[in-house]
Amino acid sequence: MTSSVMDVRNELVRAPDRKLAVAPSTPRLRPLIVPIILLALWEIAAHTGLADPRFLPTLEAIAVRGVKEFAEDGLTSDLTASLARDLLGFVVGASVGVALGLALGFSRLLERLLSPLLLAHRQIALFAWVPLISMWFGGGEAGKLVFIALAAFQPALTNTWQGVAGIPKIYRELSRVLTYDGWDFAVVIALPGALPGIFTGLHAALIYAWTSTVGAELLLDIAPGIGGRMNEGQHLFHIDLLFLCVFLLGLIGMVFNLIAGAAERRLLRWRRS
Amino acid sequence: MSSLAQTFDSDAVKHPLLRIQDVSKAFIVSDRRVQALSHVDLDVEQGEFVSIVGASGCGKSTLLRLILGLDTDYEGAIRLEGRRIERPGLDRSIVFQEHRLLPWLTVEANVGAALRQIKGSGAEKRARVEAQLHLVGLQSFAKAYPAQLSGGMAQRVAIARALVTNPKFLLLDEPLGALDALTRLRLQDELLRIVRNRGATAILVTHDVDEAVYLGDRIVIMSPHPGRIASVLPVPKEMSRDRSDPAFLRLRDDVLTRLGVNKAAAVYDRLLEIPNEQRVH
Repeated sequence: MTSSVMDVRNELVRAPDRKLAVAPSTPRLRPLIVPIILLALWEIAAHTGLADPRFLPTLEAIAVRGVKEFAEDGLTSDLTASLARDLLGFVVGASVGVALGLALGFSRLLERLLSPLLLAHRQIALFAWVPLISMWFGGGEAGKLVFIALAAFQPALTNTWQGVAGIPKIYRELSRVLTYDGWDFAVVIALPGALPGIFTGLHAALIYAWTSTVGAELLLDIAPGIGGRMNEGQHLFHIDLLFLCVFLLGLIGMVFNLIAGAAERRLLRWRRS
Repeated sequence: MSSLAQTFDSDAVKHPLLRIQDVSKAFIVSDRRVQALSHVDLDVEQGEFVSIVGASGCGKSTLLRLILGLDTDYEGAIRLEGRRIERPGLDRSIVFQEHRLLPWLTVEANVGAALRQIKGSGAEKRARVEAQLHLVGLQSFAKAYPAQLSGGMAQRVAIARALVTNPKFLLLDEPLGALDALTRLRLQDELLRIVRNRGATAILVTHDVDEAVYLGDRIVIMSPHPGRIASVLPVPKEMSRDRSDPAFLRLRDDVLTRLGVNKAAAVYDRLLEIPNEQRVH
C-alpha cells in the first residue's frame, strides 16, 4: 500500500527531470558533465601551450606518473602509511569525542563545568595547535596522531552532545511514565535517539581526520605518507606528482564519504518511511 | 479528619479506585499565578469509564499529569486504592494525543518497551506483546517501524503499549484528537470494546462531546479560569450507544449547553418548533 503511493510520488518527482535532462536517457550521468568539461579544457590548455606544462601537466603525464609511482616507487606504502595514521587518529579522537559528548549530554553538572571551555576550544583554529603539539609531542608520529585525533575529536564531541541534548522532551516524559531507570533511559531512548547526531559527528570526524592527516604530514616532520610525497614533489618540481597526490586525496575522501553514508543508511533505516 | 474516621475510611468495604480530594494546582507563567485547577473533587470507581470534557485551559490535561504522578506539586490529595500518588507507576498508563512511539523501535519493540521494568522471562513478555498487538489488530505489523504506519495504526500501537502492562488505570489524553473523523469513529468502537473486555478503569480527556458521551459512563464537565469541575452527568446504563438515539442526542446537547455551546442545539430546536407554530395559526 505504502510502496505504491511512494512509487507514484517518485514518478511525480522524476517526471519534470526527464523533460529538462540534457541527455534524456542517462540523467544519472549529469553530475559528471561539469568535471568532464573542466578536464577537457585542462587537456586543451596543456596541449596547446595556453598553460605552462611545468605548472599544469597534461592528464596523461599525471596518469603515467601514477602508474610509475604505484609500480616502482612505492606510493602504495605511502598511501598505507597515511591511511593507518588517519584511521588511528580518527579512532582515538572520535572515541574520546563521542564519550565526552555522551557524558555532557547526560550530566547537567558536567555540561555546566565543561561547556564554556569546549566552546572556547571551538573558536581556536586547528592549525593553531601545530606549534604546541610539535613541542609537546614532537613532530614525529606521536605529534601527527595527536593532531589528527584533535581534528576528529571536535565534530564527534559537538554532534554527540547535541544529539543527546536534542532528544525531545516528550520522550523523556515517556521514560518517566514507563518508570525507566537511568540504564533503560540510556539504552532505549537516549542512545538510539542520539544516534543520528553521533553519526553526523563520526562522518564529519572521518573527513576532518583525513584532511588533517595531510596537514600533519606537510606541517610536521617529513615521514612516509602522501604528505611526504607531496613535499618531495614540491622540492623536486615534480608537478605531476603533486597533482597525482591531490587526486588521490580527493578520491579517498570520496570513498570515506560513500562508506559513511552507506553505514548511516543501514543503521538508521528506521528513518525511512 | 479524626483518626477514627481515617481508620474507618481505610477499612471501608469499598474504596473508590481513585479518589481526588480538593485538588488545586497553580502555575507561575511569566510572574503571574495561573490557577490551573481549583478544588477538584472526583471519585472514580473500579471498572468505570469517565469522560472529561471542557474548553482548553480548563486543566483537564493537568489533572491527568497529576494522576500519572508526573507532577506532585499541588494542594489536596490524589489516592489510588487509598495510597497517595507520589510518582509514575505501571499501575497507571497513558495514551497521549500524539502517539509518542519511539521511531527507532519496531512496533513490537515499542509495545515491549513498556515491560522493561516488569519482571518476567523474555518469552513471556513476547507473548504478552503479541497478544496485545492481536487485540488492536496489528499483529502483521509487528516488525514495521512507526514511520511506516498511518496515524490511526500508530495510535493503536500506543494503545497496545498502554495496555500491555495490565494497568489498573488507563488515562487517555485526547488519544483520538489528531485522527481523521472516520478513523476516530472506528477507534472509538475499538477503545470501547477493549476497555469493556478487560474491565479496565479509564479516564478519557477529550474535546469531542460526541466521543465523551459515546464512551463514558459518566461525563465530567470542566470549566476554565480557574479550572474546576462544573458538573458531572451520569450516562444512563440503559442508554444505547446509538449516536442517533434521541436520548443520546439529548444528553449530548445537555453537555454542549453546559459547555456554553448551545447555538447548534438552539437552531435545531427552532427548526422543530416552526411546524408547531404554523399548526397553531
